[in-house]
Amino acid sequence: MTDSILYSVILLALLGTVAALVLYVVSKKFYVYEDPLIATVEEMLPGANCAGCGSPGCRSFAEKLVGSDDISDLFCPVGGNQVMNLVAGALGKVVKEQDPTVAVIRCQGSCEVRPKTTEYQGPRSCAISALIYSGETDCQFGCLGDGDCVEVCKFDAMYMDETTGLPVVITDKCTSCGMCVEACPRNIIEMRPKHKRDLKIFVGCLNEEKGGIAKKACSVACIGCSKCFDICPKDAITMNNNLAYIDPEFCTLCRKCVDVCPTDSIIETNFPPRKNRNTDPGITIKVEPVKPQNDA
Amino acid sequence: MLRTFPKGGIHPPENKLTSSKPIKRLPPPNVVYVPISQHIGIPAEIVVDRKDKVEVGQVIAKSGGFVSSNIHAPVAGTVTKLDMIIDTRGYKQQCIVIRTDQKNESNFQDADLPLIAEISLEPEEILRRISDFGIVGLGGATFPSHVKLNIKKDRKLDCLIINGVECEPYLTADHRLMLEKGEEIMVGIRILMHALHVERAIIGIENNKRDAIENFKKLAAGDPGIQIAALKVKYPQGGEKQLVRALLKREVPKNGLPLDVGVVVHNVGTIFAIYQAVQHNRPLMERVVTVTGKKLGDPSNFWVKIGTPISELIEAVGGIPEDTRKIVSGGPMMGKALKSMDVPVTKGTSGILVISEDEASRGTPKNCIRCGECVDVCPMGLEPHLLMNLSEKGMYEKAAQEDIMTCIECGSCSYVCPSHRPLLDYIRFGKTIAKQLESNKG
Amino acid sequence: MSDQPIIVSASPHVHSDRTSKKLMYDVVIALVPAFLVSLYVFGFNALIVTTAAVISCLLFEYLIQKYLMKTEVTIGDGSALITGILLAFNLPAGIPVWMVVVGSLVAIGVAKLSFGGIGYNIFNPALVGRVFLLVSFPVQMTLWPTAVENNTSIVDAVTGATTLGLIKEGVQFGETISSLSASIPSAQEMFLGITSGSLGEMSALALILGGVFLIARKVISWHIPVTVLASIAVMTGVFWWIDPEHYANPLIHVLSGGAILGAFYMATDLVTSPVTKKGMVIFALGIGVITVVIRLFGSYPEGISFAILIMNAFVPLINSYFKPRRFGSRIKAKIM
Repeated sequence: MTDSILYSVILLALLGTVAALVLYVVSKKFYVYEDPLIATVEEMLPGANCAGCGSPGCRSFAEKLVGSDDISDLFCPVGGNQVMNLVAGALGKVVKEQDPTVAVIRCQGSCEVRPKTTEYQGPRSCAISALIYSGETDCQFGCLGDGDCVEVCKFDAMYMDETTGLPVVITDKCTSCGMCVEACPRNIIEMRPKHKRDLKIFVGCLNEEKGGIAKKACSVACIGCSKCFDICPKDAITMNNNLAYIDPEFCTLCRKCVDVCPTDSIIETNFPPRKNRNTDPGITIKVEPVKPQNDA
Repeated sequence: MLRTFPKGGIHPPENKLTSSKPIKRLPPPNVVYVPISQHIGIPAEIVVDRKDKVEVGQVIAKSGGFVSSNIHAPVAGTVTKLDMIIDTRGYKQQCIVIRTDQKNESNFQDADLPLIAEISLEPEEILRRISDFGIVGLGGATFPSHVKLNIKKDRKLDCLIINGVECEPYLTADHRLMLEKGEEIMVGIRILMHALHVERAIIGIENNKRDAIENFKKLAAGDPGIQIAALKVKYPQGGEKQLVRALLKREVPKNGLPLDVGVVVHNVGTIFAIYQAVQHNRPLMERVVTVTGKKLGDPSNFWVKIGTPISELIEAVGGIPEDTRKIVSGGPMMGKALKSMDVPVTKGTSGILVISEDEASRGTPKNCIRCGECVDVCPMGLEPHLLMNLSEKGMYEKAAQEDIMTCIECGSCSYVCPSHRPLLDYIRFGKTIAKQLESNKG
Repeated sequence: MSDQPIIVSASPHVHSDRTSKKLMYDVVIALVPAFLVSLYVFGFNALIVTTAAVISCLLFEYLIQKYLMKTEVTIGDGSALITGILLAFNLPAGIPVWMVVVGSLVAIGVAKLSFGGIGYNIFNPALVGRVFLLVSFPVQMTLWPTAVENNTSIVDAVTGATTLGLIKEGVQFGETISSLSASIPSAQEMFLGITSGSLGEMSALALILGGVFLIARKVISWHIPVTVLASIAVMTGVFWWIDPEHYANPLIHVLSGGAILGAFYMATDLVTSPVTKKGMVIFALGIGVITVVIRLFGSYPEGISFAILIMNAFVPLINSYFKPRRFGSRIKAKIM
């Protein structure tokens, strides 16, 4: 009885020693030096591995940050300026402040204003249906409504609005990682500066067709009338292919363009309500377009 | 024993409603919409302007490069505008709008030109005419024919195959053409044999077109170079690779062309267009279109001017039936469902199929039960269920390793799937992404 | 034009009239003759066991899908129905009903739905249920009521061993096949179905009839059943040829036990068998060999259930090794 206890203790002790020796030798022999800074920096990053910075994951971004001398053009959209400053402090390098951005949906073609003229049958994926044809409506530029952007969002910052059939960005959760921008086969999602209190003005349409055709497909389409272009005091609006685009760099959020747009295709978000109007600021960026003529 | 390809294939109901209907001539419509991209490759460049008067057969858009093709005015009239028109995929495309001069007699001249059997031109001149007169593959792929015929001297070529298979259900355009223009097609074949310096040509026809087989057998009697082969009825025998395998037992290598095994394949419709171009200097500006569907009043075959809106064709067979839910350009297996009837007929339009309510809807997809039916019917020896799975999960590189790129998109897998899974939808998508990844790499 | 918008979808725009539901109900139809034979042989008991298995399989599928998985309920597709029938066919007629219910729970809940439902299961659900019962309740599972011709009412009273059981025991206790031959049913009896055994494995004739129907309807291909039976016959034949006193002849092996039931209905289960014909042959060969090894050298008299389950586990491997030949992968063009 005692013998067997003794033997097993000795055996196990021996086994343990051998294993420990092997582990020690191997760990010494195959040791790879790694800059401890990489781990520190990785710790600071959000760890979402969203690839919004251009690197495949936070780890490789950390390697890039530590490895390169000049990191002023590297930016983590999820962590924003706060995290980048932290990283810069740890590394003793200089970063450039960037305005926080947020995803916006440049299409307001809800079922109501943009009637469905055909019915698509097949896998519910924008990428696949875009391959087959131009979508269920007569607009070949707008949202396909199958929610590929919602699918790829890792931050639960988007959802499909059941009534409009369009995706909605929850601004507070959006980290502007850019996954949705890439997922959208129609390129309707754009990253625009968040400004203070999330004030934004942008053209909610991408239809490049002539006014009449665009309007026929969707009643809130940009018809390329250039009224906004004419009124803009800062020359922030450009007209291309029957389509207006507001450059966020020059836009001062004066809202004059919103007032003149005859089809309500310019979207303003989170502005204080004008008289007789209800808006729901804060949660969604999709706000009922203003009826400017009536109010102003 | 009838010849066929050994692996895979299906036999959907043939539904050749119009096989006994002679090709009628559709009067030129008042307005034609001629898209500038009717072929695979670079779109043609417009060479006319608004208000220009054009004659029948005048070049209105010039070939934009080597893999491109000239486009000719199908009618005499006035260019009213250069506009956008919806294409088979529902996207807007540039087109030339011509108002037909209904008084101009040349608009009513038909394709029944007297037969010129004598071949007097040199091979170079034949190829030049094929290129100049805008001939593209009329089987559906619309690959510019002069590119296919431009064969380097060091390539071995010993056989010309004429594709008269028409394995798609419903379509009868090629069938009727073979019956009505047999002599011209024979001359066309001889022209190509002369131009390509080959001694041997085989016409492959499926056995459900006995009359066409007999017709050609009669015409080819006494010409040992031209063989007529009856093939077992099996879809997709009209696929180049399947046809070469069926007729010659030669297997076109993976990612290769029939030329790699010494063969060139042309559709009978293309041959007829080549005959007209070479012997009559007549450019490609009209084609045979089968307008069919079970509920149509009078399904027919038509000679149609390129650019005719599809709505006119449907009008000509008695209007659109009440319960139509799907309009397909091409056959039911590989055709494209159209978004609108404004789409014009192009060089590649082989048929218009009108499908009614009860057949238009797809079944709801269920779980794969791994019955292996898709694997059995795949003519390319692929595993569609696996490819769909990989492409659904985003594993495109693995899908490329499993030869997703060799898929010919015949749709046999989706056709047989007892769980109604959209196999081809996903495979097509996977192919697109895999191709992008490949080109990014290279 | 219809009032509704026109449909746009990718090609193909036609579909064959085959549906998975039709395939499943074809299998059910194919099982009817064997069920009638079991009714004839075992009477009311066969009906009770089969009904219990079918109802509990459908019920468990419904309950689990509806309340546990909260997914679409698929009891209408016929697959749970088949699982129930096949499970019953693999049980002895005298088994208590509660065991049937337990077997169904294991078959549907563990073997099928825990993998994700139809199409995702690796092992044949009915066989998992059967083997679970066999290892949990070995006594009840091997208590075979003997068929008494024209006197089906007293079936409960008489129990006996199956043919394979008789042979195995006899040989173990030193007897020879020739001395056992008196107690072994004749090949003709086995073919028609007047022996003892599980519900469904009674009549080879009825099973083959259904199997031929399935092959004719292209629900299954001939590759699996033919290879399984052929490999059993060849392998047992070799042993019999070497030592006919200790090994039964191949005809007994093919006709007795679950060989035919397994070969035609269990091994051919679409979900748990390979997708290519080449793979099917390899799979079936494995089943045949393992069955014979268990029958001749294992402790159980019958081994086809285990053999099928073991080979089920190899199916993914077989699928990835035995791929169809890609078109154009071998260039053997001869240009004249």
